[in-house]
Amino acid sequence: MKKFVEGSHAIAEIIAKCRPGVISAYPITPQTHIVEGLAKLIADGELDAEFINVESEHSAASVVLGASATGVRVYTATSSQGLLLMAEVLFNIAGMRLPVVLTCANRAVSAPINIWNDHQDSMTVRDSGWIQFYAENIQEAIDLHVIAYKVAEDKRISLPALVGIDGYVLTHAFEVVDMPEEDQVQSFLPPLDPVVKLDPDDPKSMGLLGAPDVYMETRYAIAKTMEDALGVIKEASEAYSQVVGRKVGGLVEAYRVEDAEKVLVAMGSLVGTIKDVVDELREKGEKVGVLKIITYRPFPKDEIYEALKGAKYVGVVEKAVSLGADSPLFSEVASLLYKKGADAKVNSFTVGLGGRDISPAQIRQIFQEVEKDEGESRFIGLNEKLLEA
Amino acid sequence: MAGVVADPKRHLLASGHTACAGCGQAIAARIVANAAGPKTIISNATGCLEVFTTKAPQSAWRVAWIHSLFENAAAVASGIEAALRYLGRIDEVKVIAQGGDGGTADIGMGALSGMLERGHGILYVCYDNEAYMNTGVQRSGLTPLDSNTTTSPVGKRSHGNPRPKKPLLEIAVAHNIPYAASASVAYPADIERKVKKALEYKGPKFLQIHVPCPLGWRHDPSLTVEIARLAVETGLYPLVEYENGKVVSVRKVKVKPVEEYLKLQGRFRHLLKEPEVLEEVRKVAQANIEKYGLAI
Repeated sequence: MKKFVEGSHAIAEIIAKCRPGVISAYPITPQTHIVEGLAKLIADGELDAEFINVESEHSAASVVLGASATGVRVYTATSSQGLLLMAEVLFNIAGMRLPVVLTCANRAVSAPINIWNDHQDSMTVRDSGWIQFYAENIQEAIDLHVIAYKVAEDKRISLPALVGIDGYVLTHAFEVVDMPEEDQVQSFLPPLDPVVKLDPDDPKSMGLLGAPDVYMETRYAIAKTMEDALGVIKEASEAYSQVVGRKVGGLVEAYRVEDAEKVLVAMGSLVGTIKDVVDELREKGEKVGVLKIITYRPFPKDEIYEALKGAKYVGVVEKAVSLGADSPLFSEVASLLYKKGADAKVNSFTVGLGGRDISPAQIRQIFQEVEKDEGESRFIGLNEKLLEA
Repeated sequence: MAGVVADPKRHLLASGHTACAGCGQAIAARIVANAAGPKTIISNATGCLEVFTTKAPQSAWRVAWIHSLFENAAAVASGIEAALRYLGRIDEVKVIAQGGDGGTADIGMGALSGMLERGHGILYVCYDNEAYMNTGVQRSGLTPLDSNTTTSPVGKRSHGNPRPKKPLLEIAVAHNIPYAASASVAYPADIERKVKKALEYKGPKFLQIHVPCPLGWRHDPSLTVEIARLAVETGLYPLVEYENGKVVSVRKVKVKPVEEYLKLQGRFRHLLKEPEVLEEVRKVAQANIEKYGLAI
């Protein structure tokens, strides 16, 4: 059904259609509208779930950990500092192989305190064993949550999944979306049937001490499962596309890259701006394209290489930094292309930190600068006056 | 004996785990599990109890059991309880969260307070051995006054831990919960009774059990029960029971001098040479005796 809806309310609606039994959250801007929406659906009797208002994000993550371990589908959402406070639990959830689904309304991290969008928060937990998706628009955010549950709960995977949606840019924006019907979601997403759970009728111990004789194998197992998840994500995306009659999800989206000499790589809502500029430059005859990374963990190496192998210049444009080193997505793309022996020159562009606007003019500038071989990460859109001060 | 199932094969915390000889926590945890019964799910904080019972691939637990992190046993239990409510099994399955004194009164205090305030049907059990034993006897918020620990050592300018114990039981009671009590491993029948009574109440329950640690307290492992009993008999560890905010029972004692308790433990040995400092410990006992009317 087509409807005009705020991003956060769209997320709340699709999560309700996924029928989680336990939801726990702690308020943080810009995540709040999502969990407020869910609380209201429960209060109105439209969703049968336990909503646990906790005293911190650490406990929000712990509550969904405990409920998931008891065999119930769960949901939580957070942002920024909240995700950082959860970080310890996030590693634990992944290590315990629990299919928790979390929305990260992506926001900058303090200090200075800043409530606006970038990707520094979820980038910090990229190595935690969570599957990570990033949505370009509200429609994609809706669809990725359903796919997130499907993949996370797949017995071959049994890992948690995070869906990154850009704070404000998507959470507080309105968009016309195709909202799937409840029966479509239900047919695609059967009730959770976990691999192990806490049940007095079949008592199991979970979360044991892993000494040096067993620990390493548990990490290896997650690493291998992450590789398997690439196939399962593709499979789930194709199956869900059939259900809703649209092409949804997947690992990457290559936009006009076939004969492109210059390709930018990006994640999230920024891709929309880049697509506009690509269309504009294509009209002028420039051979440009953009590669959107939808699935960041597991990192879809083959698909990224396929999309970039013909390019002369690749620019990785990201809303994150690794202070003291190259930016994270750039490092991974550059490393991949180097290992595969690709010819492309790869450059790094950091944009939009702390909600700084990213204009089409900046994207045009990046398409020009991508040819320059400066070797260092470049910050685009800095205010020189502030730097002098 | 109370709290002890006749057939050891039916103990819900099985023997064969790797606790030290004389570990008070191991004894108390077995009594708690047996008293709660098999239809129980336990959420366990990080600490000795988790380490000595569940080194993969083995587990000593015959009840459904989960360990997540140090500070979140109460929050994980909250999630378990919420899931059981969702599944319609809350009347059939009991939920226990348990941890040591550091995991409960220090790093886990926020999660515990949240669990109590939200009204979850969970019994939280704090095994209080009065320091961070799993990491090597560092001082916690429940370490008693003047105790010699590795981070509150005795020296030229120190008599040991400079502060009295955090009033954890009173903090729990202040959350307006239906049941809260202290107990001691020296009184197994009392632990069993309190666990069973607590579990009859709906909503959050709290139990703090004094459990000597021979390694950390530096006493002979054969003296665990005797030392625990002396803590009660000197007034240093009052056994009290609150229902709906009111004290409903107190274990009365023929009060013994605190020295009888202190002299058996290396952590307090320095006090016997320092009468002025010893007097401070005596005041702690006296305050407890007066507050709860402990003396027979």
